[in-house]
Amino acid sequence: MRRDIFQAIADPTRRAIITLIALQAMTPNAIADNFHTTRQSVSKHLRILTECELVKQEYQGREIYYSLEINKMKEIDKWLDQFRKIWETRFDQLDKVLSTMKKQKK
Amino acid sequence: MTNNLLFDFTVDKAAKTVYITREFDAEQSLVWDAFTKAELIDQWIAPKPMTAKTKYQDFKVGGKRFYAMISPEGQERWAIQEYTSITPKTNFKMFNVFADKDENPEPHGSEWDHNFSEQNGITTVNISIYNESLERMEKILDGFTRGMKMSLSNLENLLATLSKK
Repeated sequence: MRRDIFQAIADPTRRAIITLIALQAMTPNAIADNFHTTRQSVSKHLRILTECELVKQEYQGREIYYSLEINKMKEIDKWLDQFRKIWETRFDQLDKVLSTMKKQKK
Repeated sequence: MTNNLLFDFTVDKAAKTVYITREFDAEQSLVWDAFTKAELIDQWIAPKPMTAKTKYQDFKVGGKRFYAMISPEGQERWAIQEYTSITPKTNFKMFNVFADKDENPEPHGSEWDHNFSEQNGITTVNISIYNESLERMEKILDGFTRGMKMSLSNLENLLATLSKK
């Protein structure tokens, strides 16, 4: 199932999980220890993040470790950066329009 | 143009809102006109190489602006802006929604809020854009980048043709 990546990071708990595992790969239990919530709820968040390919799972023995997909996070930054650039271009154009308007007023 | 004018762009994904702040080296009434008069909006709102055209505008509460963003290939993307609140020279709010060329709106839109203030001849504009869905935002951007990419590949083709001569 493919999910909207922005929906994934719209939730504050999921954002906190991302911040945690950005530092090091962690097991679901270790992640749950950081939240006042049930292990099930953390598992649900991890499942959503995995479906969005924002986190990846790695097996070490019987334990599953979750870590961050850095490239996927970069995709979000890139996307936002493009949006920002559109506005930059727009406003540069507006600066020119305003300076013409000023001259016409004089 | 040297540009020391403030530009701030932040996205609050949880609130599905984009916040934009920009200063302009012009008095408030000019900036207000540039944001609210269709013939002026059309001159800057479409990032080059896109262009914008307004079919009609009725700038009053409940009134609309029906306009299109046009790609270099002539592809038109129509949208409707409905003005929901206007306080002359200081604030206006509108609801923006994509539409077809016959003015039939798509289901989701965005709510725009613009605030204008002036200090020492510099006008600050604060814009917040609330999107009902972030997927929609992604779609807007996709349209823009496709427009840009197309014109870039046109340029590449042109350069390739020229270099063969």
